[in-house]
Formats: sequence, C-alpha cells, structure tokens
Amino acid sequence: MIEMQDVYKTYRNGVTAANGLNIKIDAGEFLYVVGPSGAGKSTFIKMMYREVRPTSGTITINGVNLSKLRDSKVPLLRRNIGVVFQDFKLLNTLNVYENVAFALEVIEEQPSYIKKRVMETLELVGLKNKARMLPTELSGGEQQRVSIARSIVNAPKVVIADEPTGNLDPDTSWDIMNVFEEINMRGTTIVMATHNKDIVNTIKHRVVAIEGGRIARDQQKGDYGYEA
Amino acid sequence: MTFASVSAVTVTLLLVGVFFVIMMNLNNVATTIEEDVEIRVHVDVAANEQDREALGEQITQLAGVKTVQFSPKDKELDNLIESLGTEGEAFKLFEQDNPLNDVFVIKTTEPTDTMEVAEEIEAFNYVATVKYGQGKIEQLFKIINVSRNVGLALIVGLLFTAMFLISNTIKITIVARRREIEIMRLVGATNSFIRWPFFLEGLWLGILGSLVPIAAVSSAYYYAYGIIEPKLKDHFIQLIEFDPFVYQLSAILIIMGAAIGIWGSLMSVRKFLKV
Repeated sequence: MIEMQDVYKTYRNGVTAANGLNIKIDAGEFLYVVGPSGAGKSTFIKMMYREVRPTSGTITINGVNLSKLRDSKVPLLRRNIGVVFQDFKLLNTLNVYENVAFALEVIEEQPSYIKKRVMETLELVGLKNKARMLPTELSGGEQQRVSIARSIVNAPKVVIADEPTGNLDPDTSWDIMNVFEEINMRGTTIVMATHNKDIVNTIKHRVVAIEGGRIARDQQKGDYGYEA
Repeated sequence: MTFASVSAVTVTLLLVGVFFVIMMNLNNVATTIEEDVEIRVHVDVAANEQDREALGEQITQLAGVKTVQFSPKDKELDNLIESLGTEGEAFKLFEQDNPLNDVFVIKTTEPTDTMEVAEEIEAFNYVATVKYGQGKIEQLFKIINVSRNVGLALIVGLLFTAMFLISNTIKITIVARRREIEIMRLVGATNSFIRWPFFLEGLWLGILGSLVPIAAVSSAYYYAYGIIEPKLKDHFIQLIEFDPFVYQLSAILIIMGAAIGIWGSLMSVRKFLKV
C-alpha cells in the first residue's frame, strides 16, 4: 500500500528531516506517527502526498512511485489521498456543505453525485443537520469533522492526518478519534501524526516513532513512549 | 482589492491611450512629410525625344521607384509663373524661348530610399541635375526616425510598467486567496482547473479597467479634433480623422487591457501552483 525505501530528505537550509526511512504500511492499517517536535514527522507525512519531494529514495503508494511521478500527475495522486490538518484548512466563506462539495467540484464530478455523496459523508461525521452553517459558526471539533468529511468524500484509499486533535479539547479529541476509527473500519488506511499520549495509549494501533529523521521504534499496538 | 486592480489597469491604459494618440498623430505628420519627398530629375537640353523616353524607361526600371511622372518644360514654366503670383508675369517673356528643362518627378516606395535612387539616376545619360532637397532630407529622415523610435520605446516601456503594476496588484489579491488555492491543490485540482477562475478574473478586470480610458481618450480626442483641426487646415499637416481612428484605438485598449489582465493574473497565480 505505502512503502518507503531508503528515503532521505535534506532541506535547502541544511536540515535533514528524513535520514534513511524504511517502512511498509499495509492496506487498511491504522498507524500513529509519534516523536518529539522537529523529529521529522511532518516531512514523513508531507512526502506521502508529494507536498515534499525526497532528496533520494523511493516512496510507493498504491503501486505509484512518487519519485518518478510527473508534476502534472500529482493531482491524480491526491484524489486518492485524503489529508486532514490541525488547523482544519476550511474556506470560511463557504458553508459546511460547500466546503465538503468543493473536493468533488474540483475533480469535476456530476452535481447529482456530489449532492448524494456529500450528504452521505456529512451523515457519517454527524454534521448532516449543520450543512448550511458557516465554519465560523461551528465549534473546533465540528470544524475538524468538516475537514475529515472533505478528506473522505471522494472515498480515498488513504487518509493522512497531521495532528488532527492538536487544537481540540480532550472530549472533542475522543469524538474525532471515533470518526477516524469508523473510517478505518470501512477499510481506509489511516496515517496519523500525533502528540496525544492518551489517545495513542488507549486506542491501540501500530506506532512508529521518528527521531532525528529515522524510525526509532515500530510497534504493533504500541505505546506513545514519550512524556506528554 | 478588485478596485485596486481595476484602477491600476485604468491609470496605465489611460497613459498608454494618451501617448498612443499623440504618437499616432506625430507619425501621421511624419508620414505626410515623407510622402511629400520627391526627386526632380532635370533632363539635359541636348536630349531628343527618344533619349528622354529612354531615360524615363531607365528610371522606371530602377528598384525602389514607385511613380515616375514626366513634366515638360512648358508645364514647368507655367508652374513657376503660377507659384510667383503677380511677379511671375515677368517670366511670361520666356514662353517663346523656354530656358527650363524637362523634368521627371519621381517618388520612391520607401521615402528613405530617396538618396540612393537619386544617386543612381545621377549616373544616367542626359541627366542635367538631380534635386531632392539634399542635406535637409537626410536630417529630416533622421529626426523622424529618432522620434518614432523614442515614441515606440516609451509605449513599450509604459506597457511593461503597466504589466508590472497590474501583476503586483493582482498578486496581492491572490495572496488573499492562497488558502483557497492551497486547498484546491490538496484535494487534487489540476493546475488548469485552478487557473481558470483567475484567467477569467484577469480578463474581466482588464476589460473593466479599459472602459474609463476608452471613454476619456475618445471624448478628449473628439473635442481636441474639433478645436485643433480647423487651425491646421492652412498647413500641410492634419490630425488623423476621428472615425475610424478612435474605434480602432478603443479596440486596441480593450485587447491590451484584457491581455495584461490575463497575463498579470496568470503570472501571479503561477507561483502558488508549483508542486
């Protein structure tokens, strides 16, 4: 599903954020990426959706080698990967429905399909009754649900989440995790970078710890392993 | 922000429009002057009719010659008498024994070829003298040439300034919308899909921005034409006629506005589309 082989990344300022990464993630897995700040978690995540290109090494997603992927083909890759961010990245001028529909509109889906699919997805994340509200009228947790809905509306095989609970209070964070669990149970692979010790230690999944751009630990049903 | 972009287009196109009107009129005057340049070849009195015809034929066949007109010496004398008014009466005495030469009046296809053609004609048989305003013509062409180049350089410079100004203004607009672009890219929009609304926006901003300059320049030219043209009537120069010049100028300004609007917005959005 996702495979990295000898992946290195050194930025122009000389910082090495990936220092020989080797990992294989199977379809349907739920993977936590943990590690101290500046360890290279974000680079690890960004390389998966080709926001960052590795300096050397091979990254394969669904059989596509990202190192050889032409720039013009990157949009096609991203249609099969949902991305969720800590800061939600919603358009505040569009309502909930429009924000989710946006992901299908840019790939030029039929309006009738968009309507059906958006409403299904909003039901999944529990926001069907708030479809006409603006993001600014929602709580942080609800905004993150909109962001998740947008990331899964085109049924991607992989959802990548970079600190999705980072801006949320503990109760809301559990709600959000339930949504991710639900998505994972439907067969979607989830890769989540997080600093939330309680979540990692409670909802057990594979844990990959990154330190100094290397994989320091890779455990099935692992622990967070750091002080929160 | 839209207002700022439209204003940038308006101000620069207004300058381009005013400059364009001035340049085109100066160019028109220059062309009129250039078209008045002619070579007068005085045929040697020793030439008989056959020699004269042969000379005319030789001149016609020269490269760069547009028209050759023969003016017999009697006509030349009539012209002289007429041009001198009452004082010309005195020359009527010469009608019996005309001392003037027959003349070929030549116009070249390119006025700047005048000197070269004149030089070639000088070498022909039965040519007494060749006159084309030697010395003055060279100066005139030089001045016209320099002023045309300066005008062209100024218009090109102005256009570049316009593009820079508009591109910067639109860039500010786009920075405000970079979040939208970022999200579009994340959810898999192709670059052309992202560009399309900016292309349209640039097009409309450009067209909208060209409307005020068109109205201002057209009405200003209409009034200026009404005031200046009658005063120029006695001189050999004239302004370009309002119709169709102003309509052509309007079309040029709309096309320029649209082109720089599109160019500006595409250049600005390009930066955010790098994968």
